[in-house]
Amino acid sequence: MSEPSAGTRLGVLKTYKLYVGGRFPRSESGRVYEVTDSKGAWLANAPRASRKDARDAVVAARKAFGGWSGATAYNRGQILYRIAEMLEGRREQFVREVADAEGLTRPKAAAQVDAAVDRWVWYAGWTDKVAQVFGGGNPVAGPYFNLSTPEPTGVVAVLAPGTPALLGLVSVLAPVIATGNTAVLVAGERAPLPALTLGEVLATSDLPGGVVNVLSGRTAEIAAPLAAHQDVNALDLTGADADLAKELETAAADNLKRVLRPQPVDGPGAADWTADPGTARLTAFLETKTVWHPTGALGVSGSSY
Amino acid sequence: MTTNQTKGKKKQEPAAERPGTAAARPGRSGGPSPLFAYAPAPESRTVVDIAPSYGLFVDGEFTEAADGRVFKTVSPATEEVLSEVARAGAADVDRAVGAARRAFPAWSALPGAERAKYLFRIARIIQERSRELAVLETLDNGKPIRETRDADLPLVAAHFFYYAGWADKLRHAGFGPEPRPLGVAGQVIPWNFPLLMLAWKVAPALATGNTVVLKPAETTPLSALFFADVCRQAGLPRGVVNILPGYGDTGAALVAHPDVDKVAFTGSTAVGKEIARTVAGTRKKLTLELGGKGANIVFDDAPVDQAVEGIVGGIFFNQGQVCCAGSRLLVQESIADELLASLKRRLTTLRLGDPLDKNTDIGAINSAEQLARITALAETGEAEGAERWTAPCDLPSSGYWFAPTLFTNVTQAHTVARDEIFGPVLSVLTFRTPDEAVAKANNSQYGLSAGVWTEKGSRILAVANKLRAGVVWSNTFNKFDPTSPFGGYKESGFGREGGRHGLEAYLDV
Amino acid sequence: MSTTAHDAPAAPPPDPATTLPSVPEQFAGATASNRALTRFLHGLPGVDPVGLEARAAALGTRSIKTTAKAYAIDLAISMIDLTTLEGADTPGKVRSLGAKGAQPDPTDRTAPRVAAVCVYPDMVATARQAVAGTGIKVASVATAFPAGRAALDVKLADVRSAVAAGADEVDMVIDRGAFLAGDYLKVYDEIRAVKEASGTARLKVIFETGELSTYDNIRRASWLGMIAGADFIKTSTGKVAVNATPANTLLMLEAVRDFRAQTGVQVGVKPAGGIRTSKDAIKFLVLVNETAGEDWLHQDWFRFGASSLLNDLLMQRQKLTTGRYSGPDYVTVD
Repeated sequence: MSEPSAGTRLGVLKTYKLYVGGRFPRSESGRVYEVTDSKGAWLANAPRASRKDARDAVVAARKAFGGWSGATAYNRGQILYRIAEMLEGRREQFVREVADAEGLTRPKAAAQVDAAVDRWVWYAGWTDKVAQVFGGGNPVAGPYFNLSTPEPTGVVAVLAPGTPALLGLVSVLAPVIATGNTAVLVAGERAPLPALTLGEVLATSDLPGGVVNVLSGRTAEIAAPLAAHQDVNALDLTGADADLAKELETAAADNLKRVLRPQPVDGPGAADWTADPGTARLTAFLETKTVWHPTGALGVSGSSY
Repeated sequence: MTTNQTKGKKKQEPAAERPGTAAARPGRSGGPSPLFAYAPAPESRTVVDIAPSYGLFVDGEFTEAADGRVFKTVSPATEEVLSEVARAGAADVDRAVGAARRAFPAWSALPGAERAKYLFRIARIIQERSRELAVLETLDNGKPIRETRDADLPLVAAHFFYYAGWADKLRHAGFGPEPRPLGVAGQVIPWNFPLLMLAWKVAPALATGNTVVLKPAETTPLSALFFADVCRQAGLPRGVVNILPGYGDTGAALVAHPDVDKVAFTGSTAVGKEIARTVAGTRKKLTLELGGKGANIVFDDAPVDQAVEGIVGGIFFNQGQVCCAGSRLLVQESIADELLASLKRRLTTLRLGDPLDKNTDIGAINSAEQLARITALAETGEAEGAERWTAPCDLPSSGYWFAPTLFTNVTQAHTVARDEIFGPVLSVLTFRTPDEAVAKANNSQYGLSAGVWTEKGSRILAVANKLRAGVVWSNTFNKFDPTSPFGGYKESGFGREGGRHGLEAYLDV
Repeated sequence: MSTTAHDAPAAPPPDPATTLPSVPEQFAGATASNRALTRFLHGLPGVDPVGLEARAAALGTRSIKTTAKAYAIDLAISMIDLTTLEGADTPGKVRSLGAKGAQPDPTDRTAPRVAAVCVYPDMVATARQAVAGTGIKVASVATAFPAGRAALDVKLADVRSAVAAGADEVDMVIDRGAFLAGDYLKVYDEIRAVKEASGTARLKVIFETGELSTYDNIRRASWLGMIAGADFIKTSTGKVAVNATPANTLLMLEAVRDFRAQTGVQVGVKPAGGIRTSKDAIKFLVLVNETAGEDWLHQDWFRFGASSLLNDLLMQRQKLTTGRYSGPDYVTVD
């Protein structure tokens, strides 16, 4: 940083905070860790969430689940679109944070932010199509009406990928909440600032508090209690390395969480965050409920033995 | 409770049987007539020819286990030994997975239409041999012939017929333009619906181009081994289906085998968790269909007579050994006494006895071990203060039997309201409002099935919407169909079997 | 000659001094007005058609063999209301019907007699003579059977003429038009009036379930009939497309079962029309056995309105006795 001199104004730095239950708390542990840019220069102190912060986030996510999963799909779509609008409005801030985090040129960082905005728009349009595309009537061999409907799994713990710092996290978060789940999002450990700032966007987008909860800190430290938590229904391991993923998947078996395994970082099957996202992430955290009801005839039948 | 005769009863004098001698006695409590006692109507055992011993079915041939181990399978109704069956060990698992792996390239490369025809053949052969298979299943499992004949076998054939049709239409199934099979599927199935669970596993696996190594349960290996013969008759290429009878260690070895790409398990939640730990960190795709504690909710405006039938079918079908059984009756307090009276009256007409008798409603419990578990849980229910009611009933002197039982004065805190009993034991709880009914229904680690009984359409939809269960039967219960996806929420497992949804478990999507 | 079928006391022997029975006390309020009656009938539990039919079908899979079959066949014969209801009925036809009912199988005198012969009112006297001394009852349809479309006094005159001619039992039809129009009290009052006109004769109330169309209506009609004093509730006239079915009979058996549990009053059930084979008849008896129970397994509480059924039962009976299949030439065509 350059020496202050007359005529220049000293910038006001932001204290980055967690986003839990619609509020912006510091970590209950009081701990922070140093976040640097790609060249190692200090950017900010991020909160280093503890297992108690993880617990609070799960409580908030569970509390929000009934309302969010019960909201109309149209309403959820409107809110996701609102997130895109708010993100677009803060474009400059995110371009700067992404560029700092990943050492990207401004145009490349801008392209990533634009893609992230567009991804919210893509998922905003999905909310009221999921049931039509993945549910439907089943022609059972009997006098019954039979309908299968996708429903959200519940509280999903999401380990966001480290990079791309914004597009990656939007790509894992948006499909989870589009279908009515609530999320505890663990930001990429090295570059958490876009995730923490996204919390500010979410807070101003009519998204009910608790639907998304953002934690930053040591991924392994936060993820372990989430994977073992009995009130978490599913686990997205995208941001975990192979060893951590195996450990977390093993812990997740205790209450049979649905687990989405990480994709390889490179090689065949590697994640390409700029590609068409498809529907796999939308359907990963859905349950199918099938409801039966007799139909019968309008009047008594003449059937006999 | 009527005890179905297992032996011919003493022939009565014709005069004593004359109608008209049964003078009407108004005011009696009713119930079936002792004069109109149904004579034994046993299905003939001769339609099935059980060999004294069976091998493993690996690579198209029956072979002994590598270490030569065998086990006996008994008829739970009589404790008679039916056959001696080879017991697969780790070496056999390796051999079977190898056979399935070798068969995979050719099988998956077959045009879908050709794979379909194999499955259609299997469906047809099962229909042709359905009487034989029904008798076999009843002998090995203990369930009534009425159920194997009218439910299990028709559903088995229908399942193969349904998935046969998918084999050449996978690109229309919504999983992308060219969905690929996973490879070798390791499948472990339970003893409650031995052949039906085989069908649920094998049909979609083969339709999508996978090859299969299947482990039937140790108490019910026979129908799977007969299925091997169906595969032979259908001309199925060797190695596409391999059957490995054995115990839990066989299943564990199969699940852990590094060359298995897909694991499908139906059984207890405890074992399901163990399997989930085993496959953690591997490439293996996993689907689990586990336990349940289904709530059957009866509102005060229910169609009462049909609700009573639904409650009875919900918990006493297959002796309650059903993962989606309606084992918790939640009845609105305002009609609880009346409904319970009707239910008890209805239970007195259930006929327990020889599973091969066509009039038997309640057969044998599958094994001594399961009987001990049911007995222990029922004793816990009593010890915890729930009120036990069992219709008076004579149990046969040999075999494993448990009379249909109700517990009343049950609360959410009772073990019999929380733990899966997997037997003919119904826990009765009451509620006051729809909110309370839903809250109690959902208050479980499980989430497989639920029932709703009310004539009010909007209430059905509202309650069905709030229930966290994979299958909701409204004004009916325990209905199954190959087109209808089945599977649980929460600790009842994940993934769906049946319908278009059931394909996903076997495709690389 | 076998008299076994009629030796048993016919459940409550009709009291010669019978007057119109009082309405069970708990229904006094329900019958105070059409509105109250509507509320009561519409408050009965609904019927899910699929579940009802599935239960009836499941009971139809019972396998009734050997001793149970022999018992059921004789029981079924003893429950038949041997019926002829044709415009072409003549005294000769009715006499041969009576003879057939009294001695169904000329080759086997152990075959039980039927419960009753069922005829139009103008044939009652002939029927009375035909079955004299046999214990067989004479049942007469009445109330402008089968449509029931006549003024009340005409219907009552119809009933009185039948009773005067010696009918032991009156099979009335309800006014389906009034029922479907929601005028339940009119139907109720008419049943009460016919009951009174019937005197000591037992009253069977025909709902014509095929015209009531829904199972909910059949349950309501059953309760309406029972409250009004029916001795039997009966499915059909046999003159419309849908007559007795396993499902509607099961539903009515549930009604009489529940009615007795609530009031202590036992009411009989009579499916009529369309039951032609022994196999079917036995399945209906299974419905009775497992729904209402043994107390209804008697001709006083369950009847089959049928004609051709009898010969099929007799052929089956011969098969059980001789071990070989019989044929239509070995039973009589009357």
